[in-house]
Amino acid sequence: MTRKLQESGLTKAQLRVVYAQILRSRRLDERMLQLQRTGKTSFHTSGQGQEIGQAGMAMAFEPGKDYYLPYYRDMTAFMLFGITAKEILMDSFGRYDGPSGHGLQMPNHYAAKRVKAVSQSSTVASQYPVATGIAYGAKLENSDRVTLVTTGDGSTGEGEFHEALNFAGVAKLPVVFVIENNGYAISTPHNEEYAAKSLALRGQGYGIPGVDVDGLDFTATYLAFKEAVTRARKGDGATLINLHVLRMQDHTSDDNQRIYRSKAELAEVKAADPLKTITQQVLDEGIYTQAELADLEKQLKKDINVATDQAEAAPLPDLSVLSQNVFAPVDKESGIYGNN
Amino acid sequence: MATIDYLQALNQALDEELAQDDTLTVFGEDVGAPKGGVFNVTQGLAEKYGDLRVFNTPLSEAEIAGLAIGLGVSGHHAVAEFQFADYILPATNQIISEAARMRYRSQGDWSAPVVFRAPYGGGVGGGFYHSQSTEKVFVGQPGLRVVTPSTVRDAKGLLKSAIRCADPVLFFEHKRLYHSIKTDIDPDEEILTPIDKAQVLRQGTDITVMSYGITLQYVLQAAEELAKSGIQTEVVDIRSLYPLDEATIVAAAKKTGKVLLVNEDNKEGGVLGEISAIISEQALFDLDAPIKRLAGPDSPAMPYAKNLEQAFLVQPDQVKQAMQELAEF
Ligand SMILES: Cc1ncc(C[n+]2csc(CCOP(=O)(O)OP(=O)(O)O)c2C)c(N)n1
Repeated sequence: MTRKLQESGLTKAQLRVVYAQILRSRRLDERMLQLQRTGKTSFHTSGQGQEIGQAGMAMAFEPGKDYYLPYYRDMTAFMLFGITAKEILMDSFGRYDGPSGHGLQMPNHYAAKRVKAVSQSSTVASQYPVATGIAYGAKLENSDRVTLVTTGDGSTGEGEFHEALNFAGVAKLPVVFVIENNGYAISTPHNEEYAAKSLALRGQGYGIPGVDVDGLDFTATYLAFKEAVTRARKGDGATLINLHVLRMQDHTSDDNQRIYRSKAELAEVKAADPLKTITQQVLDEGIYTQAELADLEKQLKKDINVATDQAEAAPLPDLSVLSQNVFAPVDKESGIYGNN
Repeated sequence: MATIDYLQALNQALDEELAQDDTLTVFGEDVGAPKGGVFNVTQGLAEKYGDLRVFNTPLSEAEIAGLAIGLGVSGHHAVAEFQFADYILPATNQIISEAARMRYRSQGDWSAPVVFRAPYGGGVGGGFYHSQSTEKVFVGQPGLRVVTPSTVRDAKGLLKSAIRCADPVLFFEHKRLYHSIKTDIDPDEEILTPIDKAQVLRQGTDITVMSYGITLQYVLQAAEELAKSGIQTEVVDIRSLYPLDEATIVAAAKKTGKVLLVNEDNKEGGVLGEISAIISEQALFDLDAPIKRLAGPDSPAMPYAKNLEQAFLVQPDQVKQAMQELAEF
């Protein structure tokens, strides 16, 4: 049974924000798939089916204080950290004002300095060791900030995932490791990715708690993350969260999941769409009325249209960017030894 | 004045920077107390600065690199030691995909101002995996500086500069220089070596020899000996392996018109080929002889058996002979 939203302890106002962001993220995701199909952008990685888990996760952190190393399906969480649809669309159009890579990074490589969401590569699990360094920094600073890092289930086969968990256990680092477990790595099902009963068990092997969390249940997710964040803030170390979610769309816009997932399975996934569940919940719990939801849909459609037009109209990077910021600029006065 | 060797110079550099930069951490396998590194480069530092700042890591090279990068990203400085340059390879993804790309891919929003130290070089009976020169794996990666000191003064000054540099720096130390070269250094002098400049160690008019590492010592020694028979050698310490200091390289090549390039690494596919290309592009018509490279054979470095190991290594007499032949060309 999915737990009531109000059992999360969040206020009605907060829950309204959460729901609106989940819906905005879904509608934006649909728009981004459309933009790719019509040739306006070259690529999109959908996060549909992972929104509720990501929302529960993001709400447990303090954006601007805590560091966040997202992976490519994290649009919902990224937006809850304070990023707008227009900014995300600018990244997808390769525009200079896109916060993730100023036109240099592929779509979905979410990052933004102003909310301490750190720039990511495409090499899966590569962000895990980096997250431990940021977490070690909190110890040096005597700060109670926490570092959040996410990846997919298939990516846990990478050595860097394990090396990071091992050191985080040894050094008791204030970090929350997340596996957004959608059961697939492109076309490869989980049973061909790992034999463990649950990836949460990986935590034990490194001396840190590992927990399985239902990422289709907002309240369960939020409370599990809150506990992990509290642990980290208190100096009790890292937690590994195996967040069970759904991958509703193809792996990316370059993939066709009908080749490797049966019709029946895809129908099941569609029926389990967590957006439906949470929509029913907000109605049942009186967080939104039916009429308000209709208004919200209308408003989001308008907002996303405006954001799309504005993002598309934003300038591409200047050609000078090609050779800028390869190395640090020379700055003799500050003593920073850029090019000396 | 105190006479110190190359290894003591490295230790002093770390000591001075730890003292003046609160954000600096130093770590790696066996780097902390009480051992202070398998070569003792970090000896005494954990005792002095505490084991939160100077510490052991698990055997985990990708993690060591990522730890440094994460510290750099969040406003700290880090010197990560790889026990041997051979074992930096498991960390290649972190160094190239993360550290070298961080500033560019975020257009300066994020950067990784960290140092990766790596003892390299053979002649220590270490076989394949304690002897290699792995610099050619990492040169040619925009965003990543690759440097190596070949004098005691630079061991200190270049490491201090690398720590202060806003870019990630891969810092190679030749193992056989650790105790084989010594210099008088005033302990109170603040030495900061330019991070991206080659240096002319000896002026000459007949031939130009460029090198780095232990082979540079052979070049200096041969230059001294050949001077007695009237051959004047311009000796260039390459120092910054990437990016290369084109201006100094080209000027030194033009000065004599005869160029010999020497390193311990394999001949093909390495730093020397790139230097040669720069000279060909910019100074071809000033040359009086073909550019000559003296380097290791194109076999994996390097066999254990003493005779094979010595046959792999560029020897002092080969250097001297190559210099003499070039002078006579
Ligand atoms: C090191 C590396 N190998 C391969 C790839 C190509 N690749 C991109 S995503 C992906 C699958 C990742 O699956 P998972 O970790 O389960 O995450 P999901 O995409 O399902 O969210 C692969 C193989 C990559 N980006 N990096």
